[in-house]
Amino acid sequence: MVQVKRIVLDVLKPHDPNGFDFTTAIAEKTPGCSVKLTVTAMDARTETVILVVEGKNLHLHVISEAIGSLGGSIHSIDEVDVENGPDDTEPA
Amino acid sequence: MTSMIAELIWLLTLTRSHVIARRYFVVNGFDGALTMLGLLVGFYVSEDVRLPVVINACLGVAIALGMSGISSAYISEVAEKRRELRELEKAMVADLGQSAHGRAARLLPVVIACVNGMAPFAISLIILMPLFAAPLLEPLSLLPLQSAFALALIIIFLLGVYLGRISHTFWLWAGLRTLLIAATTTTLIFTLSPG
Repeated sequence: MVQVKRIVLDVLKPHDPNGFDFTTAIAEKTPGCSVKLTVTAMDARTETVILVVEGKNLHLHVISEAIGSLGGSIHSIDEVDVENGPDDTEPA
Repeated sequence: MTSMIAELIWLLTLTRSHVIARRYFVVNGFDGALTMLGLLVGFYVSEDVRLPVVINACLGVAIALGMSGISSAYISEVAEKRRELRELEKAMVADLGQSAHGRAARLLPVVIACVNGMAPFAISLIILMPLFAAPLLEPLSLLPLQSAFALALIIIFLLGVYLGRISHTFWLWAGLRTLLIAATTTTLIFTLSPG
């Protein structure tokens, strides 16, 4: 089964919500994940951040929707870690 | 209901509008309290005014203050929030209508307008309570007009104390300052009143 374990995103977001509220809101939408945010550039009203999301089985559309609902937009997907682990069900 | 309140708190914090709402509450609440105080002193100076007349006049002013607060704050806040959203959308080069910022621009003017209107209305109603409860005060030898006046002074003092807590100044001094404004208003009415 193919599972996304890690996604690194380049995101443009408004100053508000701040980094703490932004990452907390994303983590609430994707249970069991860890979110790391690094600010790389700052403008008068916006900031560019690198968002690293790690988890057992991440869904990009859920993370993307969460970012969009917070006023942010994804500029690029910089890194993705995907695993194809063994099937959960044993053949009969 | 709980999730809606949580959403409103989140949007208020996000746009830092809770500061605006708090300011409106104090400013218009103080406005309401001082207006009621002025009316009560005016009626006291007039003498021989029947209680229903006092209640009707004060209630009319309380409703007008509430409506004025709601409409003025709504009109100005809608314009402000729309401008803020447009500027943010320009910076983000994106439509933020469906984001938290878009929801805040639609919802918060209503919330702020309600705070701005309800503060003077609710405070006025509290001050008028002794007038409504006049028959209950009679056995206690309390005069309704004077009791309402005393209640107005207490509320004005408490608003000052609240302002003192916000600005981290000594609460008693902040309360006495607003009480001084009430005393000045009362003195002016007594001095300038022709009756």
